[in-house]
Amino acid sequence: MTEASDLASAYDLVVIGGGPAGLAAAALAARAGVSTVLFDENPGVGGQIYRGITSTPLKKRAVLGEDYWAGAELAAEAKASGALIVTGATVWSLDPTRQVGVSIAGKARMIEARRVIIATGSLERPFPIPGWTLPGVMTAGAAQTALKAHGLVPNGRVLLAGCGPLLWLLAAQMLRAGARIEAILDTTLRANWLRAVPHLPDFLLSPYWSKGLALLREVRAKVPVIPIERLSARGEGKLQQVDYVSRGKDSRRQADVLLLHQGVVPNVNLANAAGVAHRWNERQICFEPVLDVDFGSSVPGIAIAGDGAGIAGGTAAAERGRIAAIAAVRALKPSASVPDPQSVRQKLQREELGRGFLDTLYRPADAFRLPEDETIACRCEEVTAKQIRDMAAIGCEGPNQMKAFLRCGMGPCQGRLCGLTVTELIAASRHTRPADVGYYRLRPPVKPITLAELASLPISEAERKAVER
Amino acid sequence: MVRTADVVVIGGGLHGCSTALHLALRGLKPILVEKDYAGRHASGVNAGGVRQLARDIAEIPLSLSSMAIWEHIEELVGDDCGFASHGTVLVAESEAEFADFRARVDDLRLKGFTHEELIDRAELKRLVPAVSDHCPGGVVSRRDGAADPFRTTQAFRKRAIEKGAEVMEGTTVTGLSRVDKTWRVETSAGPIEALKVVNAAGAWADRIAAMLGEPVPLEVIAPMLMVTSRVPAFIEPVVILRSRKLSFKQTGNGTVVIGGGHRATPFRDQNRTVLDWEKLAISARTVWELFPIMREATIVRAWAGIEARMPDEIPVIGPSSTSEGVYHQFGFSAHGFQLGPGTGAMMAELIATGATNVPIDGLGIARFVAR
Amino acid sequence: MFKRLGDTADTLTIEIDGKSVRARSGDTVAAAMLANGIDHCRTTPVTGAPRAPYCLMGVCFECLVMIDGVGSRQGCLVPVRDGMRVETQQGKREAGR
Repeated sequence: MTEASDLASAYDLVVIGGGPAGLAAAALAARAGVSTVLFDENPGVGGQIYRGITSTPLKKRAVLGEDYWAGAELAAEAKASGALIVTGATVWSLDPTRQVGVSIAGKARMIEARRVIIATGSLERPFPIPGWTLPGVMTAGAAQTALKAHGLVPNGRVLLAGCGPLLWLLAAQMLRAGARIEAILDTTLRANWLRAVPHLPDFLLSPYWSKGLALLREVRAKVPVIPIERLSARGEGKLQQVDYVSRGKDSRRQADVLLLHQGVVPNVNLANAAGVAHRWNERQICFEPVLDVDFGSSVPGIAIAGDGAGIAGGTAAAERGRIAAIAAVRALKPSASVPDPQSVRQKLQREELGRGFLDTLYRPADAFRLPEDETIACRCEEVTAKQIRDMAAIGCEGPNQMKAFLRCGMGPCQGRLCGLTVTELIAASRHTRPADVGYYRLRPPVKPITLAELASLPISEAERKAVER
Repeated sequence: MVRTADVVVIGGGLHGCSTALHLALRGLKPILVEKDYAGRHASGVNAGGVRQLARDIAEIPLSLSSMAIWEHIEELVGDDCGFASHGTVLVAESEAEFADFRARVDDLRLKGFTHEELIDRAELKRLVPAVSDHCPGGVVSRRDGAADPFRTTQAFRKRAIEKGAEVMEGTTVTGLSRVDKTWRVETSAGPIEALKVVNAAGAWADRIAAMLGEPVPLEVIAPMLMVTSRVPAFIEPVVILRSRKLSFKQTGNGTVVIGGGHRATPFRDQNRTVLDWEKLAISARTVWELFPIMREATIVRAWAGIEARMPDEIPVIGPSSTSEGVYHQFGFSAHGFQLGPGTGAMMAELIATGATNVPIDGLGIARFVAR
Repeated sequence: MFKRLGDTADTLTIEIDGKSVRARSGDTVAAAMLANGIDHCRTTPVTGAPRAPYCLMGVCFECLVMIDGVGSRQGCLVPVRDGMRVETQQGKREAGR
C-alpha cells in the first residue's frame, strides 16, 4: 500500500480519478515513459461506471452485463503500464501552478505536477423533491454502487423514479440480480419525444440504440412503468410513502426505498477551484469546462477528460483520456511514441453521436429541477427553495452572494448537490439565464481534511529556518 | 449622459459603503462606483473581527469611535450584521511575551486608553477554557467582538441606497480629471461629475492615487482564512497571538474561522488568489498546539480576500496631497473591518464640514510623498 | 434497507454504536451500515434531522460518521477493518473527540 510519505515530490503527470478516463490516460502516458501517478479516493479503481471492477463479489457476469466487465481490461492495462496507482487517496486541492494537495490514510502531501489530467467524472444531477433527504431515499447510482461493489440490493418495497439511461440500466441489473421493483415512476416529458426526433438519425448510428432498446424491453416486461408529473417522499424519520401525480391523478404507494435519477452532470468542483473557466451547456443544463481539442483547459497544463469534460458516457471517457494523455506526453516527452490521436478522435466521435438524442429525450422537466417552495435545495445547510427565491427577489444576483446570506453551498458537500439548483432558481426568479447567473466560486479543500491532516504536511525548509531563528 | 453627484465614492467595500451611507445621512448625494459587487473582496470575506485590541496608537481614536457605532449598528443600518461582543483575547505564549504585554498596557494607560486589560492565567482560562495550559496570561479588550463581514457590507450598501446614495456595481473607474472645481470621473458606464471624490478602492487604490500623480507604495495582499465544519460551542472571544500568526474565532453557527495573516498569492487583475497550503499547515500546527480540542475538526474551505497593505501597516486616511477635493481611505493592511463604520462617519464629517473631531494625525498620504 | 445477494459471505466484525455487527471484507462503512439495516447514520447539525447514505460515491456527505474516534468521515469511502469502531454522528459532533 502506497503511503503519503512514499510519494515523490514531483511527477510528470498526475491523473486525478481512476474511472475509464483516468485509467486510459495513466496507462497511455506511463507506457510512453512519462512518470505518472493516478490518485483515486475510492478503495479501488474503476470510477463509478466500473465501480468495484477488481473486487466485486458478483461473479455472474450477466447481472452487470458485458459493458461493465469491459472495465477489467482498462484496469489491468493501467496496472501493467508502470503508472503508480494510489487508491484511498483524496485530492483536496489543485491550483493553477499545478500543486496537488493529496491525503492518504490521514496524512497530507503537496505534490508538484508538470501536467494534470482531471478525470473526476460526473455526479447525478440534483433531484430536489419534497422529502428527498429522508433515509430510504437514495440515488439510483447509489443502488448501483451497492450492487457492483458490495453485492447489495435494496430490500422491501422499492420504487425507481426519474429518467435517463442509467435508471433503466440499474433496473435491469437489479432484476437480473433477483431484486424486486414495485414500479418505475417515469418523469420523461412526453413532449421531449417530439423534440428528440431530429436527433434520431445520429442516435440510430450510435452504439446506444440497440442496447437501449433491449434494456427498455427487458425492464418493461417485468416492472410497471408509470408516467408522472409530480413526486414527493413522505415519512416520519424515514421513507414510508411516495406520493405522485400521474396524468393529472393523485396517487400514493407505500415504499421503503426510493431510488432517484435524472441524468448526470460534470463534477466541476476540483476544476472550478483550480480556476478553470466553465460555461453553461443549455442542452445538458449544466456547467462544463471550456476545453480545446485535446481537452486542455483554460489553465495551462491542466486537462479534463471523461464525463467531467461534458457528459458523453464511459466508453467516450476512455477515448477522451487517451487524447488528453497523448497531448500530455507530446508536451512532456516529444520523443516518445504515442498513438495517432486522429484515430482516437474518430472512435470518440462515434461514441458521442447518440448524445443529442439522449440529452433531449431525457432533459429533466422544470418541475424536478426548480423545486416547490418548502423543498430543501441545499441538503447540508437545509436551505429551502423558498428562501433562495425570496433572497433572489430582494436583489441577490448570484450564487456567491446567496452563499453569504443563506449558507447554501457552505456545508461539507460544497454545493455539489445544490449548485445547479441554486443557479437555476436564481435565473428563474430574476428572469435571466443560468449562464449570466454563474456558479459557486469553489474553494479548496474541495474535500474536507482534518486539521490534524493539514498539520501533517511536511515542514518546508523555509519554515524550519523561521522556527530555528 | 453625464451623471452628477456631490461625491463620487470609488470602491464598494465596507469603507466605501460606510462613507456613502454617512454622506447620504448628511444630506449629500453620493454615487458609489464598484468594479465588481459590494463586498466582493476583503470586506466580504475577512475574518469578521471587530477589534480595538493591539492596534497602532495612530488609529486607536478612530477605532474607539468606530466601536461606539458597532455597539448600535442595528440602529444605523437596520441589521445587526451578526455582531456579537465577546471580547478579543491576545494570548501570551511565554513569560517574556507576557512581560511585553504588561508594558504595552501600562503605556496605553499613560496615554489615556483603558480598553486593553492585562489578564492572568486564571482569567485567561476563565475566558478561554480550551486554551493550552502553557499560556501564562494575556490581554483582553472586553467590548470587542465579531460580525458577519459580507452581511455587514451589504447592510451598509442597502441602507446607503435607502438614504439616497446611488450604487453602480460592475462599473470600473478609468480616469479622473478636474475642470475648475469639478471632478470628472470617467467610468465604464459613462462619466460622473462631482465636487468631491473618495478613493476607497482597497487593493486597487494605488491606481486611483496614480491618476492623481500621487504614487503610493501599496502592496496587494491576500490574507488566508480557513473554516471548519460546525462543532459545538466551546469558545466565545476571538483569540489572537503576537509572535505567531493566528486569529481564531467560533461563529454563532458553530464553525471555527482560523486566520492570522499568512498570505496567498494575489492576482488582482484576475480577482483571483492562489493559496499557500504549506503556510496554512503552519496555522494548523499552531491551532494544534494552542487548542488540542480542535485536532480532529475538519477544514471545509480556505480562501483569501484581496486587499491593500501599506509599508507601515496603518491606513491612508485624509485629503489628497495633490488634488483638492479628493480624499483617501485605503490601505487598512488587514485590519480595516472594525474601522469601517467609524471611518465612514469621520470621512463624511470631514467632507461635509471641512473638519473632524476624530484625530487622524499620522494617517495622511503625505507620509509617502517623496521628499 | 439492503440485503446481501446469496453469493457473498460475511467475514469480519465491526462495532456500530457499541454493537457488534458482521461485515464483508471489501465493504465500505456505509455499505456495512446499509447491509445491517442501520436506518440512519447521523442527524444534521442544523435541525437534527436523520440522514442516511445518499450517493455512495463520495459527493453528498450524508454518510458522515465517526470512525475509530475521528468524526465526520465519509463512510462510503472508508473500507471496513476487523474491529473497527463506528459511531453514528448526532448533530454537531464534539470537536477533537
